[in-house]
Amino acid sequence: MRLPCPHCGERGNEEFVYLGSADPVRPADPNAPLQAWIDYVFLRDNPAGSNRELWHHTYGCRSWIVVTRDTRTHEILGAAPARSLPSSASSTASK
Amino acid sequence: MTSPSKHQSQPFRLTSGGLIDRAAAIPFMFDGREYYGYPGDTLASALLANGVHLVGRSFKYHRPRGILYAGPEEPNALVELRTGARREPNTRATVAELYSGLVANSQNRWPSLAFDLMAINGLAAPIFPAGFYYKTFMWPAAFWEKVYEPLIRRAAGLGRAAREPDPDKYERSHLFCDVLVVGSGPAGLTAALAAARSGARVVLCEQDFRLGGHLLANREEIDGKAALDWVCEVEQELTAEKKVRVLRRTTVFGIYDHGICGAVERVSDHLAEPPPFTVRQRYWKIAARRIIVATGAIERPIVFPKNDRPGIMMASAVRTYIERFAVLPGRHAVVFMTDDSGWQTVEALQRAGASIAAVVDPRTEASAFARHGTDAPLFVGATITGTRGRLRLSSVTVKDRQGREHEIVADLLAMAGGWDPVLHLTSHLGHKPKWDERILAFVPGDLPAHIDVTGAAAGRFGLDTALKDGARAGSEAARSLGLQTTYKSPPTSAAPPSSSQAPSWSVAKRSAKSFVDFQNDVTAADIALAAREGYRSVEHAKRYTTLGMATDQGKSSGVNGLAILADVTGRTIAETGTTTFRPPYTPVAIGAIAGRDVGKAFRPTRLTPTHEWASEQNAVFVEVGQWLRAQWYPKLGETDWRESVNREVRTVRSAVGVCDVSTLGKIEVIGPDAERLLDFVYANTISTLKVGRMRYGLMLREDGHVLDDGTVSRIGEHRFFLTTGTGHADQVLRHLEFCHQVLKPSLDVSIVPVTERWAQLAVAGPRSRELVAKIVDGFDLSTSNFPHLSVAEITICGGIPARLYRVSFSGELGYEIGVPADYGDALIRCLAREGEPLGLAPYGTEALAVLRIEKGFPAAGELNGQTTTRDLGLERLLSTKKDYVGRALQQLPAFNEPDRPVLVSFAPVNRSDVLRAGSHFLDLGAAPRIENDLGYMTSAVYSPTFGHYIGLGLLKRGKERIGERVRAYDPVRNGDVVVEIGPPCRYDPEGELARA
Repeated sequence: MRLPCPHCGERGNEEFVYLGSADPVRPADPNAPLQAWIDYVFLRDNPAGSNRELWHHTYGCRSWIVVTRDTRTHEILGAAPARSLPSSASSTASK
Repeated sequence: MTSPSKHQSQPFRLTSGGLIDRAAAIPFMFDGREYYGYPGDTLASALLANGVHLVGRSFKYHRPRGILYAGPEEPNALVELRTGARREPNTRATVAELYSGLVANSQNRWPSLAFDLMAINGLAAPIFPAGFYYKTFMWPAAFWEKVYEPLIRRAAGLGRAAREPDPDKYERSHLFCDVLVVGSGPAGLTAALAAARSGARVVLCEQDFRLGGHLLANREEIDGKAALDWVCEVEQELTAEKKVRVLRRTTVFGIYDHGICGAVERVSDHLAEPPPFTVRQRYWKIAARRIIVATGAIERPIVFPKNDRPGIMMASAVRTYIERFAVLPGRHAVVFMTDDSGWQTVEALQRAGASIAAVVDPRTEASAFARHGTDAPLFVGATITGTRGRLRLSSVTVKDRQGREHEIVADLLAMAGGWDPVLHLTSHLGHKPKWDERILAFVPGDLPAHIDVTGAAAGRFGLDTALKDGARAGSEAARSLGLQTTYKSPPTSAAPPSSSQAPSWSVAKRSAKSFVDFQNDVTAADIALAAREGYRSVEHAKRYTTLGMATDQGKSSGVNGLAILADVTGRTIAETGTTTFRPPYTPVAIGAIAGRDVGKAFRPTRLTPTHEWASEQNAVFVEVGQWLRAQWYPKLGETDWRESVNREVRTVRSAVGVCDVSTLGKIEVIGPDAERLLDFVYANTISTLKVGRMRYGLMLREDGHVLDDGTVSRIGEHRFFLTTGTGHADQVLRHLEFCHQVLKPSLDVSIVPVTERWAQLAVAGPRSRELVAKIVDGFDLSTSNFPHLSVAEITICGGIPARLYRVSFSGELGYEIGVPADYGDALIRCLAREGEPLGLAPYGTEALAVLRIEKGFPAAGELNGQTTTRDLGLERLLSTKKDYVGRALQQLPAFNEPDRPVLVSFAPVNRSDVLRAGSHFLDLGAAPRIENDLGYMTSAVYSPTFGHYIGLGLLKRGKERIGERVRAYDPVRNGDVVVEIGPPCRYDPEGELARA
């Protein structure tokens, strides 16, 4: 596979480490119900089709990026730095 | 010096023609006999030139087999090539290039190829039907490994691998291009030309050592000149173009996602051995924006009784041997065709001087080609019902339209059973081939936009079609990349032969000797039997009969097998479906895939800054991940490793020791928000740490388990220095980056890995302060100025920048000194010199482990990814005032069960007993059963401080049971020891020594 790193351009997948779905958002409230944390940590959809997923450009710029990939065809529909995503930004309000 | 007689010793070499160099005959050996061939030959063509047709014995029945094809699809002619460490089994003689001194041996025969005792399997064929192994070797199970498998391996088998290490080198390389063209037949060449003339970066891969594909086998005209002249012109143009790369002897064996292709270039396989500094094979990873598959087609055999004798060949192979290699495969030929291209073979044979004994065509209407063919007997609507000849074909039995049988003397039978597109590469990404009723063959299915198929590979047969279709594919690929080409395909003069092939799948389905898969000895009767026994699915029938599962992956047998299965199950071929093609297209040497990553280069070896000094001290090293660390330092006279380790431990406890701890992961976290990030990633509070102080830090995973522990030092208001466990360094860094970039992106902080930047030496023991005082540049080491868990940026040895940490992993008064990595060697030498009068000894990882187990500090055995802070007795560190990674899920009920094993220490009641990590705990008197399991020992060492073994372990309700006794049970190593439970820390539990 080739992944389009937003910083480095298209690179071979051997430079990346895969984590998993980018969809679950960490609860902003540390005292959120236990079930909300279980959902965030353990529960993942297994879509046949478009999937947003986290990859780390370990042997490149060391950015975490969100890649949108069709799980049926491996077509890459987009890639963006994880830090620029609204979902993660919203969770920083906790502190 | 070559004598004329040696030229003449090739009795089946034609006197003229062929793409061989007749200037110098070259010798080679086959089965211990010397023969001669010419440069340009393959081993197969050279053997045929010498009249050698019998080259192997079949896999199961040990039937004599000859050369069937002239290319990589060959199922029969497998040989052991070369000798000694370079011996390579199952090499196809049809692609092995001849070189002077080549040595090859036939396989799977004993004692000799012509007289093979194992051929008795053939007489016993009725007891070797489909599924034979499954039915026979089922019981008893213990027999499988000891009796059945060795028996089968001796009787049925292929070649022997070399027993010595491979002496050759391999390498991996990367290529990037706009257009990759696979195959250099007419379609591939026009595709490459069209793409090249648009200015695209083109790579053309050809598995053969010569470009041209089927043009090498046929006499054709292109642009009014001989096709081979046209090939030469194209080759010159492509080779001269800077943006084009032509790779000969290179097989593209797989297509992967996003235009990635795997290819193997046989750099030196055509030589006796690779020249100096040259690899044997090169593995190419090609990233292509467009891929054009121009892999041509493979001629399909015809299934009839006893169709496997030496002397029975594919019609296209016969043409190849005549036209390309100037070799006559037989003098009296029968041509059996269901496809008009067989007439080209008739013509080639006649030109070469062979007599045509008969032309047999099962189609009821004679084709138009028959008119200008031959005066030989033409049997229309006829079939072949048998053949004779023990080691070589001697006659063919033809059954004519009226049902009369004619025995025709012949030493060559050419089969033209139609053509199957080589579509393997197009299905590697999961795109199923489709059955095309018009050409009676599978063609590639719907493909992604970046892959195109052209010419015969797409089922578009004929030279004129191939030239035009290749040019189309090349132009379209260029256009899709925004480029324009000026190229038009050249005209051909001859009318292309129409490919009106007739289905003639199996002349005699019931015959046990009508071979479908030559390499795995699968007959038409086997497939029929599999269907009768219920293996109707193509995937089941394949596995039951092993059809197509040999090293040729069924290149020649697949469609015939499917057609027979469809026939006996009353379905169409389209309904029956195909099996899946997977990479690699042809076998790939593991060495080529490994490249240079073998032996010591398999992964990098990381050396500590004091490695050279430690080597001089005769240290014994141990691999810790990629690192080599000193394990212990044997002294003269010490005979046992434990003697050295005990001495090192006693030295630290009584005087002073020094240990290289540079392998710890080291990370700097810098920026105004650094303390906020660290409060989030550590379970304990970091922000309250004052500049110049350090603290133990505990990191959790979000699921509540402990990830790692280490120290956090506050170097400045906005600068922290973290250490991690040696094995966790990469994981922790990635985790920190995740927490920052994904979870807390608004924090203003930088994370810098500095593991290799610092040489870090631990100085530990009651006299460590005296030693450190000798090297610091006037720094006050008193506890009032520099108490336990302090850090300072200082200079040592007259101006060398250093960081001094007062920290102890041994329980003794201790320091760690960090200097820029380049000073590490000088520092250890300085410490060794200054420490000598104080009784200094260097200590390695074994002593390090003893010291930390005596102190009850958790390490790798305890931080195993399955333990929680509560399990380790560290819950007092947890902050309740902040959010941190892993906080919430520690509430999970399973983490808080009172029965969960927790960390305690153990000592044997009988002090001379040995403890071993991995032992399981049982109550005294409890039976050793899983339901009585109380936990296990995570670490165990001999403690010279206490004079007996001690261990750490995880024990159910361990904290409540301190002082009680349990069994440490280790049935694997005959261990069964009564142990006493103690608190994790056995040495100086109040920690006064480290604070002194």
